[in-house]
Amino acid sequence: MADTGVLETLLQRVEKVDDGVDSLAVATSLGVDHQVIVGAVKSLQALGDVISAELRSSKHWELTEEGTEIAEQGSHESRVFSCIPQEGLAQSELMKLPFGKIGFSKAMSSKWIRVDKAHEGGPRIFRTVESIDDQVREKLLLVQKGHSTQLEEKEKNELKKRKLLSEVTVKSYWITKGNSFSTTITKQETELTPEMIASGNWKEKKFKPYNFEAMGVAPDCGHLHPLMKVRTQFRQIFLEMGFTEMPTNNFIESSFWNFDSLFQPQQHPARDQHDTFFLSDPAHAHEFPQDYLERVKKVHSEGGYGSQGYKYDWKIEEAQKNILRTHTTAVSARMLYKLAQQKFTPVKYFSIDRVFRNETLDATHLAEFHQIEGVVADYGLTLGDLMGVLHQFFTKLGITKLRFKPAYNPYTEPSMEVFSYHEGLKKWVEVGNSGVFRPEMLLPMGLPEDVSVIAWGLSLERPTMIKYGINNIRELVGHKVNLQMVYDSPICRSGPPTQTE
Amino acid sequence: MPTVGVKRDLLFKALGRSYTDEEFDELCFEFGLELDEITSEKEIISREQGDTKASGASDVILYKIDVPANRYDLLCLEGLVRGLQVFKNKLEVPRYKRVSPLSGEPQKLIITKETEAVRPHAVAAVLRNITFTQERYDSFIELQEKLHQNICRKRSLVAIGTHDLDTISGPFTYTAKRPGDISFKPLNQTKEYTATQLMSLYKTDSHLRHYLHIIEDKPLYPVIYDSNGVVLSMPPIINGDHSKISLKTKNVFIECTATDQTKAKTVLDMMVTMFSEYCAQPFTYELAYRKEKLSGKFINQKVGINESTEKIAHLLTRMCLLSQATGAGDEIEVEIPPTRSDIIHACDIMEDAAIAYGFNNITRTTPRTYTVANQFPLNKLTELLRQDLAAAGFTEALNFALCSQEDIAEKLGKKISEMRAVHISNPKTAEFQVARTTLLPGLLKTIAANRKMPLPLKLFEISDVVLKDETKDVGARNSRRFCAVYYNKSPGFEVIHGLLDRTMQLLEVKPARGEGYHIQTADDSTFFPGRCADIFVRGKNVGRLGVLHPDVINRFELTMPCSALEMDIEPFL
Repeated sequence: MADTGVLETLLQRVEKVDDGVDSLAVATSLGVDHQVIVGAVKSLQALGDVISAELRSSKHWELTEEGTEIAEQGSHESRVFSCIPQEGLAQSELMKLPFGKIGFSKAMSSKWIRVDKAHEGGPRIFRTVESIDDQVREKLLLVQKGHSTQLEEKEKNELKKRKLLSEVTVKSYWITKGNSFSTTITKQETELTPEMIASGNWKEKKFKPYNFEAMGVAPDCGHLHPLMKVRTQFRQIFLEMGFTEMPTNNFIESSFWNFDSLFQPQQHPARDQHDTFFLSDPAHAHEFPQDYLERVKKVHSEGGYGSQGYKYDWKIEEAQKNILRTHTTAVSARMLYKLAQQKFTPVKYFSIDRVFRNETLDATHLAEFHQIEGVVADYGLTLGDLMGVLHQFFTKLGITKLRFKPAYNPYTEPSMEVFSYHEGLKKWVEVGNSGVFRPEMLLPMGLPEDVSVIAWGLSLERPTMIKYGINNIRELVGHKVNLQMVYDSPICRSGPPTQTE
Repeated sequence: MPTVGVKRDLLFKALGRSYTDEEFDELCFEFGLELDEITSEKEIISREQGDTKASGASDVILYKIDVPANRYDLLCLEGLVRGLQVFKNKLEVPRYKRVSPLSGEPQKLIITKETEAVRPHAVAAVLRNITFTQERYDSFIELQEKLHQNICRKRSLVAIGTHDLDTISGPFTYTAKRPGDISFKPLNQTKEYTATQLMSLYKTDSHLRHYLHIIEDKPLYPVIYDSNGVVLSMPPIINGDHSKISLKTKNVFIECTATDQTKAKTVLDMMVTMFSEYCAQPFTYELAYRKEKLSGKFINQKVGINESTEKIAHLLTRMCLLSQATGAGDEIEVEIPPTRSDIIHACDIMEDAAIAYGFNNITRTTPRTYTVANQFPLNKLTELLRQDLAAAGFTEALNFALCSQEDIAEKLGKKISEMRAVHISNPKTAEFQVARTTLLPGLLKTIAANRKMPLPLKLFEISDVVLKDETKDVGARNSRRFCAVYYNKSPGFEVIHGLLDRTMQLLEVKPARGEGYHIQTADDSTFFPGRCADIFVRGKNVGRLGVLHPDVINRFELTMPCSALEMDIEPFL
């Protein structure tokens, strides 16, 4: 609140006039900074309808820093003139002076001075007139005293071009009496207190209005990570659809479960050093279901179960190699094998967990990411069923326009890439991969022949980056995360339009 | 997924009509291809090497098309066009036939037993009376390269050699010799070299040096001779200059040497079927056609459609799988051509029927699978705890499971040999040397990267670490941990201790020795002496808390005191 003295003085000024006062004029006459009066106007406005103030803007001319210097000491050309003695001055000497260069050319064009280039000892400057009239300085002095109207527009513009004058816009208030005008100020209460409630004297008090434009105080709280918020949402969707969560807490996997059990041949490029992290310690897995391993070996190298097989020399050494799992489908394989060891009952499984790829890193790829996977095993499932389940799943995410593209994947046949229509980008974008597990994968496990298993997968990072508008994955995952982004990220509740919409 | 680049106008000419980019994209989508990029040679060069280099290059429009990794028959213009034309009912399924030479015996390639130790398999074929044009020739060379990069696994499994048959004479011999005993003039060189000299010559060749390792350390190198002792090739490195093919070549001898016989046959089949189109008698090359029988019901049931046996046979024929209803019930006989090495099971045939039917024409149905959902108990506990830890004022961080040895050992004042860490054998950088054994380094690095944020920083993470464990089949297991740090101008041990108390309250463990929880002074080089305690729950040590050692704070490039807590949460299941 501005000082009460100023407030009351201002109110008295307003009282004396009929039509109103200008804040700038008040400031000049009181000899205070204009901002003080502006502050007083704001404080009075906050008290209610004491005054009314209308914002006005006016333009006026002001001296620049250089202009002020000239007003005090004279123009560059006049200073050049006055420093030249009767016997003249060497041009080189003159140029050493701070105003020398500009002043010289101006004085030359005003014909106040001349140069004797042939002078012995180098070019020398002489006065050509006895006295001069420093008009530039005089014009500037006029402006400085507030009489800029006495100058012609052309003159002002020329001085502006020389960067001596500048035109500034000044905002001021035109202050008039308000409906509840008074020259005395009633003190307003800021807050309701327990004492006021107890005594009831709040009834007589005036309360200062709140500024509803300001932000509130941020609560002191912890925050969940945005990627984990989206994970919670996906988990919720699977649970709503009746899918049971798989135990995926095993980052280390043998090549056998990660590749061989999925009928992924041992020479497949995904099994290269370039794509997969292998372990040096512990380098090998040492325990496999022996019968099943033999069946896997056979289906790869010789075929069987209606398959030609890949007809190559399958090696146990390759299968034993430990790796960081490249997909959670390794866990699905373990779960389906386990399921096949019991009397078959239909299942729906899901998982969301980390997988690892020894890939080249860029703004959207890291060496580890979260894979979302859904699996359904039942008698007689069709490709139409897979598309139907995917439709339901993506509808829950708020994605309803889907189409499917034939694709290739070593362990699913048919395989389909899932595309959704992106309303913002106005094009179809890939949102996931899906397929029906191959018989060469399922039958060696011991699952009944008429059981089909459909599955799909997508990454967690991509939808999260889209949801939260993040372009660089490192700002989202890992220690280089932007904590401010974590603090500020909204809740994740992507989903279908509600019934009422 | 391999990408094939074809000239757009050439493609449209072969397809007999032109398409807009959108129409062609749509056709690709339906058939399981992807029009990845529309570009030109000029554009590619200017992007990779700058505008100046590109000034003279061709600006003929190229389509870059992504092809499924198992469809080797679509890796060249010829195969793509054939597949799409049959798919659109514009072309009959071609029939590949073998023809005998007009005079004399078929050519022979004799394989000697010396090859066993280095590259034991070889197959060969001849394309007779072929007519090359510049475009056909380029496509022929390009297909070899695509096959080499994909199914041949960079020539390690299979290597292809092509020769002008009229410059050599059979029978041919595939054998293996000591590098010093092999001498010939290799392709595009002017003089003879021994194999030993060649290996050092190609050490600096930007292309060939990548293949040297395949035979480099073998005592005998593979080599193919003709009956006059002319060297055809030294697979998988280089062909001889003598028999090189040109635009004028009429009869092409193709040999494939391999470590995998199945793949060698597939590769040879591809080379021959794709280019037999340009022989005087097109598609004359006989190969193993396989016949499969399956029922219409099988296709209908697996795809979820209801089509007549004849309609299904027609769908399959459109995918180059010549099929017909046999008349015995709903039986369909399908002929698998040598171009379709990807068809190894009835399910592959079923997929082709679905593609021809159109994936997006199939009615979407809901399976009636009735199930009751269960959460994985460990994840359920994790989810519930995370919510309440955030409510306790801590912010969740999410760090990588992989890190450097230094992060989990030296920086924490420990020795890597004492950690039960799992080690990665092929990390590209130090960031991926080990799987983390503790969550603490990740949280400290998160703070270091966010030093501009207002204090205090209160972070937590509940996630898995990996520990070696002999009792597991793979020799390692995950362990779910809860870690929290408090970073401020004062160590705030009481804050971290308070968080432990709150966590125990959430987990329904009372503060008490014996059946409850308590903390007890401990020695740990990560922590400031005398400011570290073990956490005991029902008599079992589950973790540790304390004020971090100043050396640890420095090593993580931090400047303020910091207290931390890390514990196992699996005992609370």
